Order: sequence, then structure tokens, then C-alpha cells
Amino acid sequence: MAASSRVAASLRRAALSSRPSPCIRNIRPALQVRWKTEATTSASTESVGQLDAKGGLDGPAPAKSIKFTSDSYPNIQRESKFAKLSEKHVQYFQELLGSDSAVLDGVTKDATEDIEPFNADWMRKFRGHAQLVLKPSTKEEVSAILKYCNDNMLAVVPQGGNTGLVGGSVPVFDEIVLNLQKMNNIRSFDEVSGILVADAGVILEVADNYLAERQHIFPLDLGAKGSCQIGGNVSTNAGGLRLLRYGSLHGSVLGIEAVLPDGTIVEDLSLLRKNNTGYDIKQLFIGSEGTIGIITGISIQCPRRSPAVNVAYFGLESYEQAQKAFVAAKAYLGEILSAFEMMDGRTQKILKKVAGTKLPLEGDYPFYCLVETSGSNTDHDSEKLQNFLEHVMESEIVADGVLAESQTQVAELWACRERITECLGHWGGVYKYDLSIPIAQMYDLVEDIRERLTKDGLLGDTDDHPVVDVVGYGHMGDANLHLNVPVRRFDKTVEKALEPYLYEWTSKRNGSISAEHGLGLSKKPYVGYSKSETMIKLIKQIKNLYDPNGILNPYKYI
Amino acid sequence: MSGLRILVPIKRVIDYAVKPRVNRAQTAVETANVKHSMNPFDELSIEEAIRLRERKVPIQEIVAFSAGPAKSQDILRTAMAMGADRSIHVVVEEKDPQLEPLGVAKLLKKVVEEQKSDLVILGKQSIDDDASQTGQMLAGLLGWPQATQASKVDISDKTVTVIKEVDGGVETIKANLPMIITTDLRLNEPRYASLPNIMKAKKKPLEKKTLKDYGLDEQPRLKTLKVTEPPPRKGGVKVDDVDGMISKLKELGAL
Ligand SMILES: Cc1cc2nc3c(=O)[nH]c(=O)nc-3n(C[C@H](O)[C@H](O)[C@H](O)COP(=O)(O)OP(=O)(O)OC[C@H]3O[C@@H](n4cnc5c(N)ncnc54)[C@H](O)[C@@H]3O)c2cc1C
Repeated sequence: MAASSRVAASLRRAALSSRPSPCIRNIRPALQVRWKTEATTSASTESVGQLDAKGGLDGPAPAKSIKFTSDSYPNIQRESKFAKLSEKHVQYFQELLGSDSAVLDGVTKDATEDIEPFNADWMRKFRGHAQLVLKPSTKEEVSAILKYCNDNMLAVVPQGGNTGLVGGSVPVFDEIVLNLQKMNNIRSFDEVSGILVADAGVILEVADNYLAERQHIFPLDLGAKGSCQIGGNVSTNAGGLRLLRYGSLHGSVLGIEAVLPDGTIVEDLSLLRKNNTGYDIKQLFIGSEGTIGIITGISIQCPRRSPAVNVAYFGLESYEQAQKAFVAAKAYLGEILSAFEMMDGRTQKILKKVAGTKLPLEGDYPFYCLVETSGSNTDHDSEKLQNFLEHVMESEIVADGVLAESQTQVAELWACRERITECLGHWGGVYKYDLSIPIAQMYDLVEDIRERLTKDGLLGDTDDHPVVDVVGYGHMGDANLHLNVPVRRFDKTVEKALEPYLYEWTSKRNGSISAEHGLGLSKKPYVGYSKSETMIKLIKQIKNLYDPNGILNPYKYI
Repeated sequence: MSGLRILVPIKRVIDYAVKPRVNRAQTAVETANVKHSMNPFDELSIEEAIRLRERKVPIQEIVAFSAGPAKSQDILRTAMAMGADRSIHVVVEEKDPQLEPLGVAKLLKKVVEEQKSDLVILGKQSIDDDASQTGQMLAGLLGWPQATQASKVDISDKTVTVIKEVDGGVETIKANLPMIITTDLRLNEPRYASLPNIMKAKKKPLEKKTLKDYGLDEQPRLKTLKVTEPPPRKGGVKVDDVDGMISKLKELGAL
């Protein structure tokens, strides 16, 4: 036994080093490595380091600084009502939190290098001027910090894993960063009910591994799972890869523990599925992006992990066929369907080019789909899957495809979807849009935008064109399109060609301008395309009620 | 010669990405409801056989073979979807006495004789028992030359050249057919079974047999006394900062 697992482990290593194929194990750490590198590189570099360093494809990207958000958005002004940080403030926090590692102090000394990773966002698009990072370990500490900030008019940015894609997790000016990474304990898990209670700062993947040991699964999965925190997930109401199966966090989160700006601790870690006793206040915190309170703990309903998981990857000749495949998947797979993802051919070419991945299919197709089933009985699932596969092959909905024959292949096929986000950043930057659009029209927008940017002369193969390509992929099962525009540099003309045009396009079709990534800084000006005046007024009322001084995550959301 | 007749024995094992667990009675590893797939080394064997054919080595037939429970048919179908022409399944249920490497080698000898195979490609080991004996024993029983741990195979006429990985380098050896080859990780990168080929594989012949058909009645010679987990690795500790690390290292006497 001992020998066997050893060889299996060495086999695993050998397989990883000898095969250029992607594997989840390669990716997950990559996200973290990226942060590690960033923590040690100098404050002002924006090398799209990791991929270049590893793949060595086009040599290192030219280092250039991430622009300060305050420079790229000159219309946003620092609110004068906020106090400037002083030595006295820092001293208070140091006494409160005790250990050195809980206070990164850039006020009384130079700590730029330590603080920089907390100032810059995952996309390297936003960068703040924070001089102070606080890492409390208990809800009481969070409470004391917020109360002090509220009393002294100090602005605060709550921060989880800092993987948010709308610039919500980093400061704009000198807001204090309150990072939850030290609150990382799993508090309890009930094997009968499947309810997990954990600190907000637990990394999603850690929570899921913990649950896997107990035959359960976290009802959310996404590409950033190695870095993002469950508190961040709840704060953004993240959707992810398995929403199709497990539903939104609005359904699975049973309770939250949060601290309000005035220091009040809201203890609502309910372990109940049903509880109709008044307004469901926790729902306000789900998706509030750190604007009304800081989540310090959650209780969440976790489903049983399916022992039988199958993944197939298809090549299709048109978007039309992809829709047919989705309809067939629902019809043939029913309750075992757990994910249906769409990737256009361009994303897969980029994956191949940037990551050096060998793609699962020989031929090139304009569209690819990934279908996952999860169930409790292998034979039952296999039979359904066989019927489904026979149908889509025989009726020529699918041009070609593969079925994962082992766990490793499952991971490799998923990598074709999950690694896209990371690879698109290869050239320097990405304009990312995350839209809900009626499924039939979802891909029209990608083509429309590609045409538009080509016509404007912005898109091209050479360096004088800022735009590399326009690609689309996403959670097709949820009618959620990720429209991404990888660019060689962020450029105002590109932005102007895209916005508000594509928001208008989406609005005309009654879509949402932010399906799952939230509002943050980048979508704030456009919320009117998806919410009516009345709705916006109601949202503002809530914000003012919970955070009358406006110290939490200012300049963002609404 | 009308072309090679290749035999590829394959085994169904617990998927190598799954962490095996010891059963409560400590008699074996838990297999119920655990993901199984083809032994990864055997995937390499199948792939190599197909690549030989793609490289225009004259091949009359590639036969996949497995001895094991009914579910072993799944991996035989996978082998055929990858490109094997047909397969033979000797049913050995989990309740039956399990075959040991010598038993498998004896069985394979019979199969080789029956199928008139002139090349057998096996994995260098299966990741469940890690015995790494079957190929060698089979070569002994047949009196054939063998090349183990192959990382490159070339065949021209009746001569086979194999590069094998050995400690500290590679060794190139040459032998004449018929022969035995066992595969190592660097040999190739197994392909995915494509859907059209999975469909086609359903129509390829899969012959079901028993040990008796081959005149065998193998009883285990070894008795498993106890199966236990490896001792758990001692967890690391987290330190808050550099000072914490230095004092920890001092405490452990490392500084
Ligand atoms: C590779 C990649 C793939 C992704 N895939 C998906 C996807 O499939 N679906 C999806 O929905 N999103 C996706 N995202 C974006 C997603 O929003 C985040 O990854 C994740 O949910 C944010 O968690 P975080 O801990 O990193 O939060 P952060 O980025 O640190 O913060 C996000 C927001 O929440 C606030 N916040 C964080 N923690 C707290 C807290 N404890 N209390 C109050 N406010 C808090 C912050 O102020 C900020 O406004 C992806 C991101 C990446 C980088």
C-alpha cells in the first residue's frame, strides 16, 4: 500500500513533468504563484510574468507600471470628508492587533513592497494608494477596527483573495485595506445536514478539499478557487462553473456573520434551511461587495459529492449547434447534468499558443463545449451519457468530441475551460465583460464587437493595434457570456469603442451588464443599463442605512 | 510475414488521481464506488501499438486483453476506441481467487500461443500492486527476449530496437521478434478516445472467456496479512512573520 501510493505519486510527478498537457494541478498553484511573484517584484512592474516565465513563448513582456486608478479615472475625486491616516491611527491599530504581521504600516515607514500586492488587482488594471493593510484574526478585532474607522472617518476596503474582476477589491486612494486572510478557520461541519460553518477568509479550494474528505462539495467552483476566499465569493455572489446544478449562493448560504461599519456584530449564522421570521437580511450581504458590512463567517448548505463524474468535450461547427447540444444535454442527462460551458475556437487557439497546451481534438472548430455530469451511480450515469453522446454524434450536432477516461483527463478537459482567463492576460491586459444575454443572441455580440473593432482599425496582428482579439466563452447553461478583449495595452480609444456600446446592446435585449462579477469600480457607471431609477434609489437607501458615513468601499458599486 | 500480431494486456485499477483508502478490516484497499480506469502504463502500451501501425510498421492485428471483473470491459472498450482491433476478457470476479503476477504470466502465455502473437507490449508495472514482474515472467515462460522500461521503440523487419531508461542514462538494445516490451512514462503521450471512435469501438469484437477456457486453475501463493496506510506526514507549522520563523528554526536547532 505504502509503496503503491508512493509510485502513484511519483507517476503523477513524472506525468506532469513529461507531458506538456495541462492539468488542474498545474493551474491552481499558478494563480497563487502569480501573487507570490507579485509580492516580490517591485511595486511598479506589470510583467505578465508568470506565463512568460514559464512558457517562455514570446520572451518576457515589456515591464510597465500598472497605472494608478486615480490617474486612469481622473473624474473620480478623493472625498474630502475622509481623514488622512496619521501615526496616531496606526498606533491604535498596532495596539489593537498586536502582532507585526497583522499591520502593514506604510504610514510611518516605507512598506511599499509589502503593501503593493494589496493595492493592485488581479487584472493589473486597478491600483490604489493604500498605506495601511490590516489583517484581523477575529470578528471582535474587525468590529473594533470598523468602529474606530467610523468614528474617525477613515475609509476601508474589505479584501478577500483579491481575485475580483471589477476593481472592487483594491483601494482607489488611501483607503485602509482590511484583508481577511487571517480569519481562515473551518468552524464546524455537520455530516448529516451537510452544513458547513467557516470563517470568511477560508480559501475556496481549502474549504472544498475539507469537504471532499467528508464526501461533500462546496456548491461553488471557479477558476480562481486556489486564491479566492469564501467570504469574497459570498460578497460578490459568485456564480461559477456549477451554478447550473447547485444554484446561486442566494439559495445555498444559510447564514452570515458580519460586522457593520459602526462595529455592530451581526450574528446570523443560521443552520436552518427554512426560517421565515422577518426580512431575510443576510441576502443583502450576498453580492454587496463590501459596501454595507464585512462578512466574517458564513454557514452554507453543501451537497453530497457525486462519486461518478464524467466530462466530455465537443467541437462544433456553429453556435447554432452549440445550442442544440445544450438542449440535448438537458433532455438526455436531466438531473445529472452539472455543467455546460461554451468556449469559442479563438479561446482554444490562444490557450494552445500561450500555455503550449495540446488540445484534446485534432481539428479546429469555431465552437467548443464542455459537458459535465455528476451522479451517484456510475452505471446509471454512463448509460445516460452513452445515449446522449450517440444522439449528438449521430444527428451531427457535434462534429467531434472526446470523453475523459480517467480523472486526469477530467482535469485536463476542465483546464481547457478554466485556463482561458489566465491565458488571455498574456499580451498585457484584458477588457472583460460578463453579461447575461438571452442564449440565442449570446454570441452575436462577440461577432458584432469583433467587426466593430476591426472596422475602427483597433484590432490586428501587429503591435500598432492595441487589440489582439475578441473572444467569447462562458457558462452557456446560465446564459452567461464572458466577452473578453485581450489587448497589448489598455487604451482609452478601445474602451470608448466598447463602452457604452456593448452595454446598450445588452440592455436592448434585456440582459444584465454584470452577470456574476458584480459592479465594483468598472461597472458602477453603467448600472443604469440594468437597473431602473427606482431600483437604484432603493439600493442607495440601503447603503445609507447601513453605512451612513460611507466609509465602506467608497467610489464603487452604486 | 503478413504483419505483426500484437497483444496488449491491460488492467483496470483505481484511478491514479484518486487517493486509495484502506478498508476497515485492514485486509485490502477500498474499491467499491471508487473511480477506476486503465492502468496508466497500459495506456502507453496501447498508444505505442497504435503508433507503430501509424508509422506503417506492417501490423495485422492489435488485440487488447484483460483479466479482471466484469467492469474491465470498460477499459477494453477504451482500448478499442483508441485503436485496438478487438479484445479478449477473461472474467475474474472480485470474489474469485485473485491472480498474482505469475498467474497472469501463465495465462498470457496461453493467450499468446492461442493468438499466435509475436509482440507483447505490457506496462512496466500496474499502479495497484506495483509488482513489476508480469512482463519479465512472461518472457521467461515463453523463452522470448525482453526489453523493459521502453522509452522508444523502433521496428524494422524482424528487428526491434528499444531505448530504455536506466539509472543515470539510457540503454539501447536490439532483439529479434517475437519479443516482450514493457513501457515507461516517456514512451509517448496517450491520445483521447474520440467520440466517433468510442461509437465504433462498440461494434468491435469483445470475446469473453474464463480461466478454465485456458486450462488454468491458479490459486494464490501469497497471503495478505495486513494492509495499512503509510504513516501520516507531520503537518508543517505556520509562522506569522520572519521573526517567528527565526525563533522556530532556533527552537528546532536548525539555526
Ligand atoms: C481566474 C478567475 C476566474 C473567475 N471565475 C469566476 C466565475 O466563474 N464566476 C464568478 O462569479 N466570478 C469569477 N471570478 C471573479 C470572482 O468574483 C472572484 O474570483 C471571487 O468571487 C472573489 O473572491 P475574493 O475572495 O478574491 O474577493 P476579492 O476580490 O478580494 O473581493 C471582491 C469584492 O468583495 C468584497 N469582499 C471580499 N471579502 C469580503 C468580506 N469578507 N466581507 C465583505 N466584503 C468582502 C471586496 O471589497 C470586493 O468588493 C473569477 C476570477 C478569476 C481571477
